[in-house]
Amino acid sequence: MKLAEIENLTVNYDGILALDKVSFSVEEKDFLGIIGPNGAGKTTLFSCMLGLLNNYQGEIRFFGTNIRKSKHYLRQIGYVPQKPIFEKNFPATVAEVVGMGLTKNQRDNTIDKVLQKVWLHELSHRRIGDLSGGQQQRVFIAKALVNDPQILILDEPVTGIDLQSKDLFYQILRDLNQKDSITVIWSSHDLDAVAKLASKVACLNRTLFFHGISEEFFHNENLLKMYSESSMQMHMHNHED
Amino acid sequence: MGFEILSYGFMQRALVSGVAIALMCSVVGLFLVLRRHSLFGDALAHSAFGGIAAGLFLGIYPIWTAFVVCILSALGLTKIRQRFQISGDAMVAILLSSGLAMGVILISLAGGFTVNLFSFLFGSILLVSLENTIVILGLAGSILIVILLLYRQLVYTTFNEEQAKVSGIQVEKLSYLLVVIAGITVVSSMQLVGILLTSSLIVIPNVTAMLFSRGFKQTAILSMIFAVFSAVAGILTSYSFNVAPGGMIVLISIIIFGGSLGLKSFRQKKRVLVLNKEATKLS
Repeated sequence: MKLAEIENLTVNYDGILALDKVSFSVEEKDFLGIIGPNGAGKTTLFSCMLGLLNNYQGEIRFFGTNIRKSKHYLRQIGYVPQKPIFEKNFPATVAEVVGMGLTKNQRDNTIDKVLQKVWLHELSHRRIGDLSGGQQQRVFIAKALVNDPQILILDEPVTGIDLQSKDLFYQILRDLNQKDSITVIWSSHDLDAVAKLASKVACLNRTLFFHGISEEFFHNENLLKMYSESSMQMHMHNHED
Repeated sequence: MGFEILSYGFMQRALVSGVAIALMCSVVGLFLVLRRHSLFGDALAHSAFGGIAAGLFLGIYPIWTAFVVCILSALGLTKIRQRFQISGDAMVAILLSSGLAMGVILISLAGGFTVNLFSFLFGSILLVSLENTIVILGLAGSILIVILLLYRQLVYTTFNEEQAKVSGIQVEKLSYLLVVIAGITVVSSMQLVGILLTSSLIVIPNVTAMLFSRGFKQTAILSMIFAVFSAVAGILTSYSFNVAPGGMIVLISIIIFGGSLGLKSFRQKKRVLVLNKEATKLS
């Protein structure tokens, strides 16, 4: 069953093409790794999918409905941003952050449960700013899980996190996908991690040049070479800009 | 002087208004401080100065013109910031100086500074009338109810706008509502501490509370306690020593802040000593 369908998605920022006719779909229980160099349009793609950016051409459907017609799909989506921006001294405990936006009844039932899933229940009364970067990202996964979502969208979630925390983070993502059957859409620079975890891969470089089974991509020397060359071109282009 | 000063009508009105304003400033201020808009209150107060001057110039009750100018400025500032992506501190500076410029021009046209104007600049809580006390109570009550009703959404939006948006919260509408509430709070609090000291009432109790508390609710409650204590102690001591209540209220809140910094530093040093002792024992 297709949970998300992106058709001919094109985004222009003041005449600069950020995404060019990108089309792919996400099936139930997929673990989709979206890879691409800096400036490839990964964050733009997520912004469109999450309804944060409406100035696009093409069509995005979640659960069969065009997202321009209804925002109800967002209730079924958990989102973990690249590096959550919040005031460092923000006076909120881990439990308070996870429970933000929820009613008291919802909070009582879910906070402990989701904190256990990310192995943070013992830190629920700690101030969010006192946690390490890796722990904070796990808090944001817990936060994304409170509504019991069908889809989890993560935008380069392990940027700036130490190796040990990354491994734990990936383990949690794998469990959520395999044990809880949550569909994961995840953008990353870490090709090794994508090769290990993702069931499908989408290669983005303003345009989509591969979407399919993970093994097909990582076992195909030509595709990997094309990806490296295209990444290098984008890298040079970004530097020239 | 004993409890007899509490039997005076002017003192009762001052204390009731002072507590209401302190509660309003600390609650609204917490959201402003955490959104890094600490100086926004100051900018609004200066735009209110322009409104006061317009009222005095036009012969309209100045508080009403201050409300209108302050709220319109707050909404305009937010709109411009969102549309043109100008940094918050630059916009605050523009609002602050334009309000002051407008005020100075209108006052010079109206014939210069008057006693009336000084009471708005430095506050005149001991002169607050029964009608004003009722208006302040009504505004404070309404603002606190609105914040209580939208508490979850406001906290979430303040913490992370992007995630709040994705979870379906109307972030932009809430931002407009918050600046309108901030405008009303600033104009109401002018009568307590005056235009020049209003932002201190919005900022200091919250920054002090953040030194101690881990959670949001805990911070809000502590901030309200510090703000109410400063207002009550400031009004009472200013009467005893015959000094301006506005200055006294702010001075007391600064003393609490300084004391809190000292206490926090002492506790941190004590903790380090205990940890060092334990480390020595283990080795």
